[in-house]
This record gives sequence, C-alpha cells and structure tokens, in this order.
Amino acid sequence: MCAKPIKKEPKQVETTGHIWDGIEELNNPMPRWWVWTFYATIVWGIGYSVAYPAWPLITGATPGLIGSSTRADVAAEIARVDAANAEIKASLVAADLNGIGTDPDLAAYAERAGAAVFRTNCSTCHGSGAAGFEGKGYPNLLDDDWLWGGTMEDIHLTITHGIRNTTDADARYSQMPSFGADELLDPTQNSQVVEYVLQMSGQDHDAALATAGATVFAENCAACHLEDGAGDRAQGAPRLNDAIWLYGGSREAITASINVANFGVMPNWNTRLSEDEIRAVAFYVHSRGGGE
Amino acid sequence: MAFLDKHKVIETNATLLMILSLLVVTIGGIVQIVPLFYLENTIEKVEGVRPYTPLELAGRSIYIREGCYGCHSQMIRPMRDEVERYGHYSLAAESMYDRPFQWGSKRTGPDLARVGGRYSDEWHQDHFTNAKSVVPESVMPPYGFLFNNLIDGRYIQDVVATNRMAGVPYTDEMVENALADFKAQVDPLGDFDGLEARYGEEAFGTPINVRNFDGTDALTEMDALIAYIQVLGTMVDFSTFTPVANR
Repeated sequence: MCAKPIKKEPKQVETTGHIWDGIEELNNPMPRWWVWTFYATIVWGIGYSVAYPAWPLITGATPGLIGSSTRADVAAEIARVDAANAEIKASLVAADLNGIGTDPDLAAYAERAGAAVFRTNCSTCHGSGAAGFEGKGYPNLLDDDWLWGGTMEDIHLTITHGIRNTTDADARYSQMPSFGADELLDPTQNSQVVEYVLQMSGQDHDAALATAGATVFAENCAACHLEDGAGDRAQGAPRLNDAIWLYGGSREAITASINVANFGVMPNWNTRLSEDEIRAVAFYVHSRGGGE
Repeated sequence: MAFLDKHKVIETNATLLMILSLLVVTIGGIVQIVPLFYLENTIEKVEGVRPYTPLELAGRSIYIREGCYGCHSQMIRPMRDEVERYGHYSLAAESMYDRPFQWGSKRTGPDLARVGGRYSDEWHQDHFTNAKSVVPESVMPPYGFLFNNLIDGRYIQDVVATNRMAGVPYTDEMVENALADFKAQVDPLGDFDGLEARYGEEAFGTPINVRNFDGTDALTEMDALIAYIQVLGTMVDFSTFTPVANR
C-alpha cells in the first residue's frame, strides 16, 4: 500500500555563509504574503492615526482628518430619533392631561413610551408589572387604592415632584408621628388602637379593646386617616378600612407601623425625565386599571 | 530593499549594534511614555466633581471587597440606548478621583454610574438584604450581613491619606478630620457643618448627603455602602454643564 518514500531534492536556497559543525544556516526569505501584510499594517497604522483622533499634543489630541467623534455621533443619533418623535412629543406636552386618551395616535404613543419609561425607571420599586410589593411600602399601581390620588393630574404631580424626597421643594410631604417610639401613646392605648384598626378593616379583633381604641383613634389618628379610616389623599394618609396595606395589615405589622412610623420616599423625576416622558408614564400608570 | 541587505555591517559591529538598539528602544519608549504626561489633556474640566467623603470612601472599599464590579459596570457608553436608559454618558472627570476606577466590563446587573439618588435608602436596604424581594427576577446575592458589620472608622484617616498619596486632592484639613467627617455623615441631628464646609456646596457645588443611610442606630458597613451608592453620578450638574461636543 505504502509507496516508497521519495527523497525530494532540497530546494536550492541561499545560505548565510555561516557553518557550525557542518550545519549550514539557510537564508530562507519570509513568505511574500506575510511580508506584504506586514507592510500593509504599517501603512494602515499611519493612515489611521491621520484619519482618526490619535496623537496627544500639549493642549489636546489631534482631531483626525475625517472628524470622527463618538460624542457627536451619539448626539446626532439622539437628535435623529428626537426629530422623528418631535411632533408627537410636542402634541403630548400640549395636550390636556385628560385628553391624551381620546386621541388614538397620542394614546398609542404614550402607552408605549410610558411602558419603556416605566420599565427603566419605575419597575425596580413598583415591580415590572406595576403591582408593587405589598408589605414593603412599594404601592400597587394596578388597584383603585391611591395614596395621593389617582387622577391624571395627581399621578402627573406625584411623578414630577416625588414624595418626601429632599431634592424637590414641591415634593408631596407628610409624616406620621411615631406614636409608640416617641411615647405619644402608651402601650395600652397602642394595642387598643391596633384592635380598632383591625376591626375597621374587617379582620379578627378583640372587641373590648377595639371599643376603647375607637376613642384613641378619634383623638390621634382621625385627623389624617379620617374618622371612618377612609384616609385622606391630600395628606397621603392611607385608607385603613379596606384590605389593601402598604406596610402589612397583620396585628404585628400595624403595631410596628404605629410604634415607629413609616416614611416612604419617591424621587422627583422632573430632573431625570422630560415633560413628555413624565406625561407618557403618567398615562401608562393611569391606564393600568386604577386610573380615575 | 537593498539597504536591508547591509545588516551585516551592524551585526558585525557590537558598538554600532548597541547604539542603534538603544535608539530603537528610545523611540518606542517615547511613543509609549510621553502621551502619559499629557493625560490631563484628555480629562475635560468639569465642575462639581469632588473627592469622596470618608464614609463614601469606606463604602467604595466595601464595593471593591464584595466584588460588585464583577457584575456591575460604572461606565455609561456614548450610545443612544445607554443614554436613554442610564442617563448622560460618563465623563472621564467623573472617575478621576477613583483609585482605582470601577468602570468594569461586565453587566450581569445594570450599570451603576448614575444610580445615586435614583432609589431611596429604604429600597437599597431591602434590595441589599434580599434583592429578589423587590426585583423578583434578580440574581444578585444577599448582602444583609452588612447590617451586622459595625465600622468604627479607626483606619479611615489612613485610607484618606493613602488616596491623597495616590493623587486625590484631599487637603490637610480633610485628612485631619477624616474620622469626625466619617461619623458626622450618618448623623443628621449632629454637627456636620465641618463636613459640609469641606466637601459640600460651598467647596464643590453640591450638598453632601447626611442621613442615617441604613436606618439602624449603629454605624454599619451598610451605611457606608449606601452612602457611596447614593453619590454615584450625582456630582456633575448636567442642567448647567454641557460637555465639549467633539471629543
């Protein structure tokens, strides 16, 4: 099968003239393709450093002949997209807040743009489905229970200025006192009012304590949460006579909230989002199901 | 290339070979080293960027210790999608006091270059304790143990001094008061005028965040880390600053 190995005559190659122990040093040239590629890279390198920003000088780098600039590129790209959306954004800003839904084009745009803004900025706290995180103080935006109001104007204001932040003077603000920790209520009164809140929210409770708690509630809590516990949106005081809880509705959770009050913070978005983005995301939130 | 065939002259003359080798190495060295002397030119002058306060610096050390850079970058690239998601692209000046910088190259989690002020301290507490509790799809490990690690700042002056040695322009006053400033930043009811005067609005244009960052009475690693996270990307006021367009 195997053919006899054929001895090839070595190609006649120039030698360098060096001989050690009878071994000659051949002077094989580099392959042509390699040499020319090497020269080409040098030419390319010189050309590149002329065409693109490259050499640092005393006050700055050489700008390059073709004027390449990543900043200019991204600015142009943003300007291109902005220009394409300019018309619809302008009409979104100009529109009456409650009129956005009546214009199908505007509504379609606001829904999609609002969804993008929501996913980027809001979903970390309110959840990617806008359902919030119950018991942790991140409100559900899908239901009818609003802390500061669920009309387009209310939602728009909340998003624009935020809640209880220190970065916007117009932020919505209110603070519940720490009734237990600051000794505004003694432990007996505290447990009484907890039972009363459990009663008004239709949960299992101790009737005797709850009756006593009604007085405590009227004296201490009703100013903000109203006498029937319906809450007051002007002060961001949550409704207590339903089954929706921001920080939990169990006996332990309510006790903790009365003992050391919660202080939920939402950033103001007017410095991070433009007016059209705020309107779009307000529309998106409003149209999730709970909008008024 | 006839002149290339004359290398025998060089190869057989040791002195000439040495001189020419030195020349080649010198040119190569100059090309590589000289640009570093002009590095300052590449950093655009920007108002508002300040050295980290001692507490933020401690938080930064924790960030590095926990390997946060393994999953989070701190570099918003100049691309439209990144600018829309994270905010203005990062400027060189914004990390000029980072020793070392935390740009990173891996984004298992989101970029953090402008995360400061984006979420509340309480959100960060929940998120560090159990990320899944606020972001169900998150794969970030829990860092709740940071609440239990008390820090007293006994080495903070050395850390500030070391940063100064590495080129961060901390003043003598900043180094001397490092420990006091470290403690003042978590105590909004205490006296933080010194901290504010050294790092705050008067000196650099932005007020310092002085809060009880972790919501507990003790000064913990969680305080430091949240203080650091909350300052990221907030030093430059982009409503008044416009970067040079053609860089």
